[in-house]
Amino acid sequence: MRWIWIDRFVEFKPGVSATAVKNVSLAEEHLHDHWEDFPLMPVSLMIEGMAQTAGILVGQARDFKEKVILAKITVAEIAEPVLPGDQLHYHAELKTISDKAASTHGTVLKNGQPIGTIDLMFSHIDQNLAGVKFPEENFVFTGQFLRLLAGFVDLPTDTASRCEGAEAGRQ
Amino acid sequence: MAMTEQEVFEKVKETLVEALGVDEDEVEMDKTLTGDLGAESIDFLDIVFRLERAFDIKIPPGDLFPDNVLNNPEFVADGKLTQAGLERLKESLPHVDFSQFETDPDVNKLPELFKVSTIVRYIMNKVNG
Repeated sequence: MRWIWIDRFVEFKPGVSATAVKNVSLAEEHLHDHWEDFPLMPVSLMIEGMAQTAGILVGQARDFKEKVILAKITVAEIAEPVLPGDQLHYHAELKTISDKAASTHGTVLKNGQPIGTIDLMFSHIDQNLAGVKFPEENFVFTGQFLRLLAGFVDLPTDTASRCEGAEAGRQ
Repeated sequence: MAMTEQEVFEKVKETLVEALGVDEDEVEMDKTLTGDLGAESIDFLDIVFRLERAFDIKIPPGDLFPDNVLNNPEFVADGKLTQAGLERLKESLPHVDFSQFETDPDVNKLPELFKVSTIVRYIMNKVNG
């Protein structure tokens, strides 16, 4: 199981930017403990949501051939608490991409208003850890992740068939 | 128009403050990137990306920091750079001062060669020709 922290993409411009939505719900169990008296979306999970949004943007830019791993949280600033019932938008822009890595700039919006910045760096690990062998298959971009993109971009053929259901559901 | 060393240094300082989260007054010419300023491997890529944007230049892989030398058995033996490895580094990184390192080319000491002044020297050559 992958723990996916975005609900859907609402915009995807290949190689440029992507925006994903996350609806925060009191039905999410982790909010019951964080905290019992004041349920609050953890900032660490907002970073993960942005990493998934930006990571898919980076992966798509190289046609999902690279294994894209979060390597550095350059900036993470959130100015307001996010509570159950709030809707988050993660807007990620691809700043630089090379054979080895990529950097992204991200804006977090709560109910349409900007509340913070999350800038990240990703590593293309097959290009960076020479001598270290990883599995042949791309374990980062599995069907669950790629299904989020159905309807926005052409997917690799082996994944496209598994995504047809998701695309049909959106229409 | 040619940039002065001070102008280059100020922009490099700004880059390192953003990339490494250090204070401005920590960035001095003789500070090492790893030992003094706490840079890790991914930070070197971040620094390259930021320098490219700040100075509007292209920095090819292996041009500013070494690339694929340490993974090559021809260039490293028993934790030390071979003569061939040293020659390769000196040839590909003319902005780096290897004089002290040559006496004991321990690969673990290689990161200490990369100082703020190394970047400034590289950028000076790049923007002023």
